[in-house]
Amino acid sequence: MAEPATDPGALAALGALARQALAILVPVGLGAAWFGYAERKLLAAIQLRHGPSRVGPLGLLQPLADGLKLVAKETVFPVGSNRIVFLLAPIVTVALALVGWAVIPLGPGRALADLDVGALFLAATSSLAVFGVILAGWAANARTAFRAALRAAARMLSFEVAIGLVLVSVVLPVGSLNLTAIVDAQQRLWFVVPHLPMFVLFFVATLAVTDRPPFDAADGATTGVLVEYSGVGYGLFRLGRSAALITMCALASVLFLGGYLPPVALGPVTWASGPAWLGLKVSGLMALAVWVRAAVPRYRFDQAMRIAWKLAVPAALAWVVVTAAVLVALGRVPGAVPAG
Amino acid sequence: MLDTAARGLLLIDLVRGLGLTLAALVRPKAARADPNVMAPQAPGVRGEPALRRDAVGVERCIACKLCEAVCPALAITLESAVDDRRRATRFDLDLSRCVFCGLCQEACPVAAIALGPNIEVATESREELCYARDRLLATGDHREPAIGAGFGPTAVRGALRPHPPQGRTPLPPT
Repeated sequence: MAEPATDPGALAALGALARQALAILVPVGLGAAWFGYAERKLLAAIQLRHGPSRVGPLGLLQPLADGLKLVAKETVFPVGSNRIVFLLAPIVTVALALVGWAVIPLGPGRALADLDVGALFLAATSSLAVFGVILAGWAANARTAFRAALRAAARMLSFEVAIGLVLVSVVLPVGSLNLTAIVDAQQRLWFVVPHLPMFVLFFVATLAVTDRPPFDAADGATTGVLVEYSGVGYGLFRLGRSAALITMCALASVLFLGGYLPPVALGPVTWASGPAWLGLKVSGLMALAVWVRAAVPRYRFDQAMRIAWKLAVPAALAWVVVTAAVLVALGRVPGAVPAG
Repeated sequence: MLDTAARGLLLIDLVRGLGLTLAALVRPKAARADPNVMAPQAPGVRGEPALRRDAVGVERCIACKLCEAVCPALAITLESAVDDRRRATRFDLDLSRCVFCGLCQEACPVAAIALGPNIEVATESREELCYARDRLLATGDHREPAIGAGFGPTAVRGALRPHPPQGRTPLPPT
């Protein structure tokens, strides 16, 4: 552990780790960038429009054009803003959105860090994402941004409580916080079947903690946290949010949709590899997020808070109790010594 | 009340909304693929001005300067000469002044000037919008099929062409 960094073995290990990290981060980053394109195309199709079509074939290079435009823009610092924190906020957002991928398994035990507390780690990093929002609102030194940040932070923290409780009811029958163990427990039956209400709830909470519509009332372009952001900082924020959505959808796939497992372990479906199945499930969930955006009007801040505290949290808590009761009644509490 | 609770709990309204949007997803698009497909044009649309030739290819304009006189925007400048007939030695039309009112077309006794169907006349400089005689004639040659259809085979005077007298004509089906 405490070996000097000049040791060739340690250096090689560090290099291998960096390569593995890049192998995950580059696809996720590109996915986050092109999610914007996919979202615009899907929304356009639902609204009987065409969507981006001018840059490259089918408009596929639109994210490049958008990114280039944002890079070319001037970065404006509001008067009296805290420049360091103002710049730190988007970086924190992107970093926290991506760090969750360290524990998400792409195959049996195939994670960058196969932590025994992987689920806890993911819950922690997604909770920390609130820092990106609150730092951005505070550093801008503008009351609109700050008020929006307070609201967004309150909403994210509220739904994090629900997410934590959903995690508990999923983890209870598995008896492990290790994500690989959670996936392997779904070999016979994906958890989406017994935990369907919790899957819906988790998805709603995912939209809420990643500032997705219909919970982005505090994020309208003129009244949101990002109101003072421009140029690269703004682009990074948007990228970070897309990445956060990807990460949360990956967590939802792992918890409810069997992660890297194919739908049935027979015949040709097993030919596709684990990462491909995970990617497919994540893409499906993200399409669902866009679909919901097209169908559901925004919730006011107080409505979002009502959903969190009067619906999501009590329902998740009740489900924990029910799950525990069922496990005890069936005598299948994991780790417990069978009675008698 | 139970009904309301059940609807809320089962997310009935939410699912119906999702169904509605899903149905829209597979419907044909209502929007035009804009720069690639032109907007439908009403008959008699007044676009880029042009100078026309008669059936044997002789320029119609007799340089009577009625259009220059009637133009409310002072967009037209004419100089005339007489050799074997009256003709315009100079016919300048400043499109950046033109208001596409069509009064020149109404005034012309020989159906020489006409507003064609082309409405995409944007340029990168004002100079390019100053149309000289040759440019107007070339436009006329290019657009004659569309312009001539509005005048009829034997019409001489601009006022004789079939023009929608009043009100708006419905757009042709796309």
